[in-house]
Amino acid sequence: MSPFPAADLIIALVFLFFLGAAVSGALLAVFTKWIIRSVCGLALASVGLAGMFYFLGSPFLAMIHILIYIGAVCITIIFAIMLAEPDEPADADGGHTVSWTLGAAVAAGGVFLGLAWIGVSSDWPAPVAQANSGSVEQIGVALLTTHSLAFITIALVLLVSILGAIAIARKGRHME
Amino acid sequence: MNLFELHQNPSVYLVLAALLFAIGLFGLLRRHTLVGMLISGELIFGAAMLNLLAVSRFFVTEPATGQVFVLFIIGLSAAEAAIALSIIIAVYRNYRSIRTAELSEMEG
Repeated sequence: MSPFPAADLIIALVFLFFLGAAVSGALLAVFTKWIIRSVCGLALASVGLAGMFYFLGSPFLAMIHILIYIGAVCITIIFAIMLAEPDEPADADGGHTVSWTLGAAVAAGGVFLGLAWIGVSSDWPAPVAQANSGSVEQIGVALLTTHSLAFITIALVLLVSILGAIAIARKGRHME
Repeated sequence: MNLFELHQNPSVYLVLAALLFAIGLFGLLRRHTLVGMLISGELIFGAAMLNLLAVSRFFVTEPATGQVFVLFIIGLSAAEAAIALSIIIAVYRNYRSIRTAELSEMEG
C-alpha cells in the first residue's frame, strides 16, 4: 500500500523525534542553571514545535517558526545575554526556598493536569473534512481579504515595538 | 492507541501544548532573572500556537484561519521579545543587574 517501504515506521519515528525535541527542549530551557543553555533549550523546543506544525499540515508555519524563533528571537536573547549578565545567582540570598520551588511545581502540575484533562476528555466535535488544503496561496488570500484589518494592526504593532525598543535602549545610554 | 497513527490523534497535540504551557509557567515562577522569565514566556507562546493550530487542523473546516492566527501570534511574540529585551538592557544599565530580587526600587 505504501509507495515507500516502511513509510509508516519512518513517519512515526520522525514524529517521535520532534515530540521528544519539543519536550526535552522545554525542560532544558527551564531547569538548567546557565541561561545560555536555556536559550539552546528554547531553540530545540522551537525545532520540535516546527515539526509539530509540519505534521499539522502547515509547512509554511513550520518554516516561519524556525525563521522567527531560532533566527530572530534566540539570537536577540543571546545578544542580551552578552550585554547583561543574566546567570542564575549561586548565592543563597537571591535563591528561592525549597517550598517556593515545590509550590511552583505543584501549581504547574495542576495546570498541566487540568488542561490535559480538558483537552482529552472534553466533547470535541468529530474531526471534519477540511474545505481546502490551507496552502500558502490560501493563507495569503485570507490575510489580504478576511483578516486585512488584523494584518495592518500587526504591522502597526511591530512598527511601534521597534520604535519603542530603540527609544528605551537609547534613553538608558544617555543617562550614563 | 497505535504508534503509527499517533500523529493523527488530536489528543497528542493538546496534551503536548498543556505540557509546554505548564513547563513555561513553572519556569516563570522559578527563574530569578528577567531573561530566564522571558524564555519561559516564549515557551508559553509556543504552547498557545500549538493548541490553536491543532484545534484548527482537526475540528475546523477552514484551515487557513488557524494558520493566520498563528502567524499573528508569532508577530506579537517577536514584538514582545524585542520590547522586553530592550527593557532588560535599560534595566541592566541602571542597576548593573537583572535579578528580579534587586529590582525593588521605583522612581517618581
